[in-house]
Amino acid sequence: MSVESLFPRLEALLPKVQKPIQYVGGELNSTVKDWDEATVRWALMYPDAYEVGLPNQGVQILYEILNELPETLAERTYAVWPDLEKLMRAEGVPQFTVDAHRPVRAFDVLGLSFSTELGYTNMLTALDLAGIPLSAADRGPDDPIVLAGGHAAFNPEPIADFIDAAVLGDGEQIAIAISEVIREWKAEGEPGGRDGVLLRLAETGGVYVPRFYDVEYLPDGRIKRVVPNRSGVPSRVFKHTVMDLDEWPYPKKPLVPLAETVHERFSVEIFRGCTRGCRFCQAGMITRPVRERSITTIGAMVDNGIRESGFSEVGLLSLSSADHSEIGEVAKGLADRYEGSNVSLSLPSTRVDAFNIDLANEFSRNGRRSGLTFAPEGGSERMRKVINKMVSEEDLIRTVTTAYSQGWRQVKLYFMCGLPTEEDVDVLGIADLAKKVIQAGREATGSRDVRCTVSIGGFVPKPHTPFQWAAQADHETVDRRLRELRNTLRNDKQYGKAIGMRYHDGKPSIVEGLLSRGDRRVGKIIQKVWEDGGRFDGWSEHFSYDRWMACAAEALDGEPVDVDWYTVREREEHEVLPWDHLDAGLDREWLWQDWQDAVNDVEVEDCRWTPCYDCGVCPTMGTEIQIGPTGRKLLPLTVVS
Amino acid sequence: MAQRLRVRYAKRGRLRFTSHRDISRAVERAVRRADIPVAFSAGFSPHPRISYAGAAPTGVASEAEYLEIAVTRPCRPQELRAALDASLPPGLDVLDVVEARAGSLADRLEGSLWEVRLPGADPVAAEGAVKEFMTAGEVAVERLTKKGMRNFDARGAVASLVSLTADQDDHGEGGPNQSCVILRMVVRHETPAVRPDDVLMGLRLVADFAPPSPPSVTRLAQGPLDASTGEPADPLEADRVGGDQ
Repeated sequence: MSVESLFPRLEALLPKVQKPIQYVGGELNSTVKDWDEATVRWALMYPDAYEVGLPNQGVQILYEILNELPETLAERTYAVWPDLEKLMRAEGVPQFTVDAHRPVRAFDVLGLSFSTELGYTNMLTALDLAGIPLSAADRGPDDPIVLAGGHAAFNPEPIADFIDAAVLGDGEQIAIAISEVIREWKAEGEPGGRDGVLLRLAETGGVYVPRFYDVEYLPDGRIKRVVPNRSGVPSRVFKHTVMDLDEWPYPKKPLVPLAETVHERFSVEIFRGCTRGCRFCQAGMITRPVRERSITTIGAMVDNGIRESGFSEVGLLSLSSADHSEIGEVAKGLADRYEGSNVSLSLPSTRVDAFNIDLANEFSRNGRRSGLTFAPEGGSERMRKVINKMVSEEDLIRTVTTAYSQGWRQVKLYFMCGLPTEEDVDVLGIADLAKKVIQAGREATGSRDVRCTVSIGGFVPKPHTPFQWAAQADHETVDRRLRELRNTLRNDKQYGKAIGMRYHDGKPSIVEGLLSRGDRRVGKIIQKVWEDGGRFDGWSEHFSYDRWMACAAEALDGEPVDVDWYTVREREEHEVLPWDHLDAGLDREWLWQDWQDAVNDVEVEDCRWTPCYDCGVCPTMGTEIQIGPTGRKLLPLTVVS
Repeated sequence: MAQRLRVRYAKRGRLRFTSHRDISRAVERAVRRADIPVAFSAGFSPHPRISYAGAAPTGVASEAEYLEIAVTRPCRPQELRAALDASLPPGLDVLDVVEARAGSLADRLEGSLWEVRLPGADPVAAEGAVKEFMTAGEVAVERLTKKGMRNFDARGAVASLVSLTADQDDHGEGGPNQSCVILRMVVRHETPAVRPDDVLMGLRLVADFAPPSPPSVTRLAQGPLDASTGEPADPLEADRVGGDQ
């Protein structure tokens, strides 16, 4: 059964839409394989606009790995903007892949990567445009398996009705394993139909099929229990961890778009996982343990990536890149290699210490010294103890003083507002800190030409973190604290003009909180919002808080729960949480203890440098910390003239 | 800077949906992949010294786009052509490269020859509209620009405009009797710029001529307007012979 390209029909619509180039495909290093020669066909979706989705590392890696398999092909699809959606509906053009413009419904798997919960409504648009029933229960043999991954998939319960399956953790090996299960099932004549293949996947314990689990509720609305509803389905589903990242040096062939995207650079993940133990950070909790790429693999990947892509900027990615055991050597080695070449290097996440200035100095050899970013996250010493961000005020002042005195003119500081136990004084502490930063900068440089920008995000409690039990701050409180902070900064005659402040209002965080810690009942809200026109919830110009609240009130009518119950309510220790049957390896008792420690301002060290504190991940998952130093160095590249 | 090279390239097929900015990013990356020793501007944020002349609008195909690259060591034009073409995605195709010898390339681009295919349009109505348009002294049209709605004359810049008919064989979806009107026009580069879609709007205004499906527009040539043929000549000719004018 061959599939025709939708491009001729799409082409007629493109002159009428904004930025048509995003829909035509043909990116450098993209792959179009023969449809009939493949047995297992994946459509990979990043459920946001192309400009955001294309640079996504997860999708690029899986796309490349799956296309390397002989009997498998993978194409990509992204959320279409409302202008094209309208035309596609009018002309009956279904959701398409950008590679060969094949209809998404013709694929075996629709794999969605959810970095954030705010992509859920875009998934519904794509399913609907594809002609795939929204509800997994209504799908038939001709519909793809809708599979969710990404960090949000660690609690897929709000989208349980819409997806057939979810996978937790690193995707490389499990994507290959799933392909193999589907290939065998097809070769055997698809025994048991759709449920047959889903059951095979579920039985492995590494793929969660929500439909195979029943959720029972208590009269007060809390969950009573979650149990498998058929034999062979395990009661817990575990995350996946790729060990030895040097064996997986992807992307080898980075996609280079014609359209403008949010990250115009080649990125190398220098390690996965983080054990700093910041209690608000879901990524740090669910990606343990730390697994480094070696300095030589990093060097080879950067060299290959620049040659394959032609990008002039290289980003060294991870959750805290300066923590790589050989980051100093990596920085110096790369800076030496690319000195004078117009290739620039960046380190997106840095921690607060003077060593980072040395790194930044290395990376700016080819460019300018404009701005440095640090993330103290909490405005007061107490707050930073609660969230386990071990940065003292002295550390911060010493670091920025060094930065300013070495020629950096602008320092950006990240904070959060709405953290557990937070009071007004903690947020106003951000102003004090910023003023001290400017004061130190002026003293160090003898100049008034130093600036500081504070950037503040709303805190959202996330599953699988010590704060999963915490009450989220209501948006009125967050907005009031931010307003007071802004007024304090504005009214400061001495330092106010040197300090900028960036923030968003607290309402989107409430919706994110609802989706993050929601259960299956939240699915009805998502569907109602989508039916009411909700799209692109991550974009402020499309997001509507009022729509979410109105739809939530309707969808939860008659239920003993409401939006506040999901967001601003603190949970007690033994409440069954919607994601308790999904295992990231973290010991629940350790998480609870860490939550108690948070409330008591007790800090926890990083297990890379201190003894194991039994978070549970390594023994549960059979993994271990993989870090250097290797002692190796980066040699200069041979110059070919 | 050792040398300046002038490049003619085409924007074909689905790549016609690239914008001017998309193309400049693609060219910069291709130059890097092809290891072309491009010169960089001096200053705080150095940029590769590549300049673009008269880029066709987004959605419009072209067989005659031009850019100029400054390099730090002399390159053989034919080698650079092959290397750059191999590094650009198919659909952005490098057709010709010459060493710049004299004068400004942009100054030589006096006008463009455009082909506008109108599948399913009525040839008789097209003929009538063209006649009406060409006899008018002035045809005021409006277009939404970055600065808001602008009114300007679409007639003055049009040096010639003819309507032809072709069999509809390369656009599959037409029925057996479906014809395709082809408009060929030479438009002088003036300010404000008059584009083929402005002329189409003019045809609608003067004769109520509205094609049933979206037009497909291609720039076939741009260059100095040849007095005898009335069409644009090769703007790189002056560099090939080694002198200007």
